[in-house]
Amino acid sequence: MTLRRLGIYSAGLVIGAWVALPLLLITLAAFTPRDLLYQWPRRLWPEEFTLDTLLFFARSAGVLRATWNSVFVAAITIGLSFLIAAPMGYALARYRFRGRDALQLAILATKMFPATVLSIPLAVAFIRWGLYDTLLGVAIVHTALSIPFVTVIVVSVFLSISFELEEAAMTLGSSRAQAFLRVTLPMALPGLAAAGIFTFVLSWNEVFAATILTLDNRTLPALIINSVVAAGAPLHYRFAGGFFMVVPALVIIFLIRRYLLTLWGVTVR
Amino acid sequence: MAEIDLQGLRKTYGRVIAIRELSLQIRDGEFLVLLGPSGCGKTTTLRAIAGLEMLDRGRIVIGGRDVTALPPGKRGIAMVFQSYAVFPHMRVYDNVVFGLRMRGVPEPEQRRRAAETADLLEIAGLLDRYPAQLSGGQRQRVAVARAIVMRPDVLLMDEPLSNLDALLRLHMRAELKRLHREVGSTTVYVTHDQVEALSLGDRIAVMKDGEIVQCGTATAVYDTPANRFVGSFIGSPPMNFLSGSVRAAGGRLVLATAGSTVELPDPLRASLSGRTEGEIVVGIRPEHIEVALSPAADAITAETIVLEPVGAHQLMTVRAGRETLKVTVPTDLLVQPEQRVWLRMNPGRIRLMDARTGQAIGAAS
Repeated sequence: MTLRRLGIYSAGLVIGAWVALPLLLITLAAFTPRDLLYQWPRRLWPEEFTLDTLLFFARSAGVLRATWNSVFVAAITIGLSFLIAAPMGYALARYRFRGRDALQLAILATKMFPATVLSIPLAVAFIRWGLYDTLLGVAIVHTALSIPFVTVIVVSVFLSISFELEEAAMTLGSSRAQAFLRVTLPMALPGLAAAGIFTFVLSWNEVFAATILTLDNRTLPALIINSVVAAGAPLHYRFAGGFFMVVPALVIIFLIRRYLLTLWGVTVR
Repeated sequence: MAEIDLQGLRKTYGRVIAIRELSLQIRDGEFLVLLGPSGCGKTTTLRAIAGLEMLDRGRIVIGGRDVTALPPGKRGIAMVFQSYAVFPHMRVYDNVVFGLRMRGVPEPEQRRRAAETADLLEIAGLLDRYPAQLSGGQRQRVAVARAIVMRPDVLLMDEPLSNLDALLRLHMRAELKRLHREVGSTTVYVTHDQVEALSLGDRIAVMKDGEIVQCGTATAVYDTPANRFVGSFIGSPPMNFLSGSVRAAGGRLVLATAGSTVELPDPLRASLSGRTEGEIVVGIRPEHIEVALSPAADAITAETIVLEPVGAHQLMTVRAGRETLKVTVPTDLLVQPEQRVWLRMNPGRIRLMDARTGQAIGAAS
C-alpha cells in the first residue's frame, strides 16, 4: 500500500518536474543579466536580477507590432469561432436531429489532418484568394483549429444547464429567444468566457500556420521562431521571448482550469 | 373561468406512442390528477397542455379558447416542474416576479403580488436569498409561488412532491390542497403515487399506455376499478384477484373460487346481465376479506404464510389453493404462520372482471 503510494507520488513528482522545470529555468533566465547568461559554467541561481533582458526583447524590431498582431488575430479568432461554434454547440446540446452524431464526429475529424500536410495547399489557396500574409488569413486558420474545442466546451456548458429552466421561462411568458437571453445565457457566461480565453491561448501559441502564411505581418510566435531559426537571435532574446509567450497562457490556463476539467467529463464543483 | 377540454390528443416520438388517444374534460376549478406508472404518457399530456410538446393530432381548448397552436406563455397556464426549475442565478424575489416582468406588470403591482404570494407560501423571509441557499422544500415553495403569482387560469404540476422526503411530502400535500382551495385555479397534477392522487384529486384519471383507463373520484377508482390494472395500481397493497367461475344453481347464481362457493348478491347478479356460466376474475380488496379461525359457511380455506404488522393493522399473506392473497386484519388477531384460517369475502365489495380482457363486468362508475 505504502509502496504503491510512493510510486504514485514519485510519478507525480517526475511529471510535475518535467513540466515545471523548463518553466522555472526560462523564468530565471529571462530575469538574468545578459553577461551572466553567457558565463560558463553558468550558475543555476543567478543572484542578480534585472528587467534589462525583457526590455531588450520588448524593444527589438517588430516585437511590439507582432504582439499587437497576435492580439488582433486572437480577437478575430474568438469572434469567428464563437459565431460558428456557439450556435452549433447549443443545437448539439438541446436538439436531437438527424445527423447529430455524424456532425459531432465530423467536428473532431478536423483534428485528423496534420497542419503540416495541409500547409502547402493552404498557402496556395490563400495566395489565390488574396489572404496570404494577412492577419485575417491567420485568424481564419486559427478559427478552424479552435472550432472543435469551442464546440465541445459550449456543448458541455449548455448540457449542464437544464432545459427545464428555459421551459419554465417560456411557461412564464417568455419567447424562446427571451428564455435563452434571460435564463440560459447568464448562466452559461462563465463557461463561455472560459471557452473564449482558451481560444485566445490557442491562437496566441499557434506558430506553424502563422509562420507559413505570413511574411511581413508576423504574429509574435512567428516572429520569434523566425528570429531564432533564420536570424540566429542571441540567447537572452530567446529566453525573454519564451517567457513572454508562456506567461499569458500559463496565467489563463490557471484561471480556467476548472472549466477545462469539466470539458473532459470530470466535474469539479 | 377556465375549463379544459382535451379532444382526441395523440403524440408519438418516432415509433414510440406517448399518447395514444386521449379526450378529457376538466371542470373550472377542479383538481384533476393524472395517475399512472412511468411511461404511461401522463407527463407528456401535461406538457402538451402547457404547450411544451407539439401534438400529432387533437385540440386543446382552455376556457373556450383553442390554444393548440399557441406558445406556452399565451395559454394562461403556469407550471410547477418536477425539478422545480427555479432560476439559480436570480434571487427568490426575482424568481417570483419573473413572469410578471415578462407580462409587463407595473413594478408596484409586482411588489404587492409577490408579497401576497410569499405570505401565502410562507417564504416572505427568503426573498433576498439565492436558490442555492434554500432547502429542497423551500425551493419547491418558490417554484409554486412563481406559478401562482401569475394567477393562472390553469395550474399544471408535474410530480411536485417526488423530490421531497416522506415527512415533508406529507406536509406539502396538505399545503397544496389548502392552496388550491384559496387560489381556485383549475389544476392538473401528475403523479405516480396513488396515495397522493387519492388524497388530492377531485377526480383521478388513471392512465396506462397512453390512454385514460378510468377517470372518476377517489372513491370510484378505489372501490369500483374499471379493470384489473386500476385495481392493482391503486391501493396498497393492491386488490386481490382470484380466478373463479359462475354457475346457476337452483335459481341462484353461485360464484366458485378457491375451493369455495359464494352466492352472488343481487347487484352483482344484475351486473352480469344474463351471463350464467363461465370463467371470471374476482377482485376483492384486502380490507374486505374477513378472517375467521374456525370453519364457517361459504368460507375459503386458506393457510397463512406471512404476517406483517404495519402499525394500524396487520397485513396477512395467505395461500388458498393455488392463489395467494393479501388480507388486512386487526392487530389483536393472534395467528401463527402456516396456520389454517377461513376467509369470507364481503359479497357487496366483490368486483367481477372478465377473465380474458380484465375489464370489470357491469356498471362502470
